[in-house]
Amino acid sequence: MSIFINKDTKVITQGITGKTGQFHTEKCQEYANGKNCFVAGVNPKKAGEKIFDIPIFGSVKEAKAQTGATVSVIYVPPAGAADAIWEACEADLDLAICITEGIPVRDMLVVRNKMKAKEAAGGKKTLLLGPNCPGLITPDEIKIGIMPGHIHRKGRIGVVSRSGTLTYEAVAQLTEIGLGQSSAVGIGGDPINGLKHIDVMRAFNDDPDTDAVIMIGEIGGPDEAEAAVWCKANMKKPIVGFIAGVTAPAGKRMGHAGALISGGADTADAKLAIMEECGFTVTRNPSEMAKLLKGLLK
Amino acid sequence: MKIHEYQGKEILKKFGVTVPRGIPCFSVDEAVKAAEALGGKVWVVKAQIHAGGRGKGGGVKVAKSMDEVRAYAGQILGMQLVTHQTGPAGQKVRRLLVEEGADIKKEYYVAALTDRASQKVAMMASSEGGMDIEEVAHKTPEKIIKVFVDPATGLTDAQARQLADGIGVPAASQAQAIDTLKKLYTCYMETDASLAEINPMILEGNGGIRALDAKFNFDSNALYRHPEIVAYRDLDEEDADEIEASKFDLAYISLDGNIGCLVNGAGLAMATMDTIKLFGAEPANFLDVGGGATTEKVTEAFKIMLKNPKVKGILVNIFGGIMKCDTIAEGVVAAAKETHLSVPLVVRMKGTNEDLGKKILKESGLPIISADSMAEAATKIVAAVK
Repeated sequence: MSIFINKDTKVITQGITGKTGQFHTEKCQEYANGKNCFVAGVNPKKAGEKIFDIPIFGSVKEAKAQTGATVSVIYVPPAGAADAIWEACEADLDLAICITEGIPVRDMLVVRNKMKAKEAAGGKKTLLLGPNCPGLITPDEIKIGIMPGHIHRKGRIGVVSRSGTLTYEAVAQLTEIGLGQSSAVGIGGDPINGLKHIDVMRAFNDDPDTDAVIMIGEIGGPDEAEAAVWCKANMKKPIVGFIAGVTAPAGKRMGHAGALISGGADTADAKLAIMEECGFTVTRNPSEMAKLLKGLLK
Repeated sequence: MKIHEYQGKEILKKFGVTVPRGIPCFSVDEAVKAAEALGGKVWVVKAQIHAGGRGKGGGVKVAKSMDEVRAYAGQILGMQLVTHQTGPAGQKVRRLLVEEGADIKKEYYVAALTDRASQKVAMMASSEGGMDIEEVAHKTPEKIIKVFVDPATGLTDAQARQLADGIGVPAASQAQAIDTLKKLYTCYMETDASLAEINPMILEGNGGIRALDAKFNFDSNALYRHPEIVAYRDLDEEDADEIEASKFDLAYISLDGNIGCLVNGAGLAMATMDTIKLFGAEPANFLDVGGGATTEKVTEAFKIMLKNPKVKGILVNIFGGIMKCDTIAEGVVAAAKETHLSVPLVVRMKGTNEDLGKKILKESGLPIISADSMAEAATKIVAAVK
C-alpha cells in the first residue's frame, strides 16, 4: 500500500498543453505505471484533441465522467490556478495536486474557504495538495508531479516536507543507505495550502506499509508544531524530524505580525524543541536524516 | 513589497478612511511650503523610511512654528535613522511627510493580516495603540483582540463591533470605528495586502476616529494585478544586491557571515545555511537559484555573492532534479573563470547526471573542492577559510 495514490490511480492533468504541463506529463507517463495512470487532460480550447496519446477534454467534470479519473494535477499559470483548483473540487475529485508556484494568497484564501463551505454543506471533500509543491510519488507505481523519479526506491519509509529539493535530499539519503520509500509527499511552501504535515502524518500512521517517517519543516506558521502534538498522542511509528531555517533572519520573509498571530512559536528552534518534546528524533544536521532513521528501525 | 507611510495613507484615504491632511516632501523648502499650505499652528514632521520605530529613533517631531518645521526637517532629512527594525547602520531618510497636528485623546491599534492556521483574514485590535505591538503581545496578550474573517462574508458588523467594544471605543465613536475597521478590511482584500496596520488609530478630542499611521505590506505574487501599487516601490529602501539578484530571478538575502552559498530550492538553501553554522561558520547570504538555472544565472549569482567583501569562501549545493548536475557544473566553471574566483570553492552535487557534473568540475583545472554530503561540504569550506 501507500498513501493517497497507487498504480491504479487515474489522473487528469489541468494545464496539460502549457510548456510546464507538457514537459512533466511526459516524465510522469514514463515513470512506472504512468502510461496507464495519466488518462486525461483539460483545456476548453483544445477539447477533442490529443497530446502524448492523452485525450483532452473541455472540463474536469467531463474528463472525470469519460475516464473515471479521481485525481488531478494542476500546472495552470498562477492567475488561473485557484480557479482550476475550484474546478477540480466542483467535479468532486478525491484529490487535486497543485504544482503552480506564485498564486496570489488572496486567491488561495477564497478558494480554501469555498472548499470548506462546500464540505460543511455536506458536499464531497476534495483533498488539496499544494500549491507550490513538487507533488507526490509512490515509488515504482506512480509519480504525480515534478520530482526526479530515478532517485526513489520502493520501500517502507514515508517522507513529508514543505520544500521540494529538501524532500529529494531526504529521499536520496534513504535510497543510498538501502531504505526505500512508501510514499514521498511535498506539501508545498505557500502560507495557505491544502494538506498539512498533520494530515500526511495521519495517513502514514494508517498505512500498514509505512514503518517510519521523516518529517521536514521550515520556519514560519504553526503546522509542524500541530503535527508534533498530534503525533505525540497518536503516532505509532518512529519519526525523524528536521526544521530548516535556524540561521534564517527573523522578519525577512514573514512579517512580525504573522509570527505574532501564530503564537511566536514558529522559529526553527521553537519547532525543533516541540518536536523533540513530542517524541521525534530531531536533528540539526540535515545530512544525517536517513542515518538517524535507520537507527530507529527494529 | 513595502511602501511608505504617506503612500499607505493615500491608499487608506482612497478607501474612505479618515487620515490627517499631509504632504510628502523631498527638501527642507518643500517641508516649509507644505506646512504653510496646510495652515494651523501645529505640524508633525515625519521621516519616511520602510521601518517601524521611527519616533523612538528621533524621526518624528512635533513643530509649533515655521522655524521649528524648518529646523526639524533639516535635522531629519538625510539622517541615518536607526530603529529596532533597521539594523545598527540605520536607514538614510530621503523623504518627509509633513502633516497637520492631531488632537489625540486615545490611541488604538488595528490591523488586518492573513492567518495561516485558520486560513482566514485575522482582524486584530488593541487598546494599547502607539506601542510596539510585539511587546504588547508578549507582556499583555489579553489586550489584543482578534476576529477571523471568511472572505465570502467579509468583516461583519457584529465582528467589527466586537473589536470596537473590546478595545473600549466610547459609544459615541463606535459607528465610525466600525466603519473604519470595515474599510480597512476592504482595503486589505482589494489591494492584495499581506499586512495592513494602523498604529495608532486615534480617538480625537471631538470624538472622531482617524488613522495616524499606516503600514502596508503587499503579496508579491499579486503585484501583477496592481500596477498602482508597484508604482509606489522605492528602490532606495531596498538592498541593492537583492534588487540586482531579483533582475535575474534569483532569491537573495544578505546575511552577516563569511561563507557565500548558492543552492537550488529555498528549503535546501536554508538547510545549507544551517549546516554551515552547525560546522562552525556563518552564512554570508541566502541564495536560491530556482529550478531553471542557466550558466548566466549562476555567473550572476557568483558576482552578487562576491560583491560582499566579507565572503571568504563559497559553498555550492545543488540537488539535480529536472535541472541536471552537468548543466550546473558548466555554469559554475564558467562563473569561476569569469569572476576570476580567488576564494575557496566547495561544490556538492547530487542527483541527475551527478557523475558527469563532477567530471566537468575535475577537468576544469580549477581548484574546486568536491564533496558528497552537505555536512562534508560544510566541513571542507569551514576548514578552507580558516
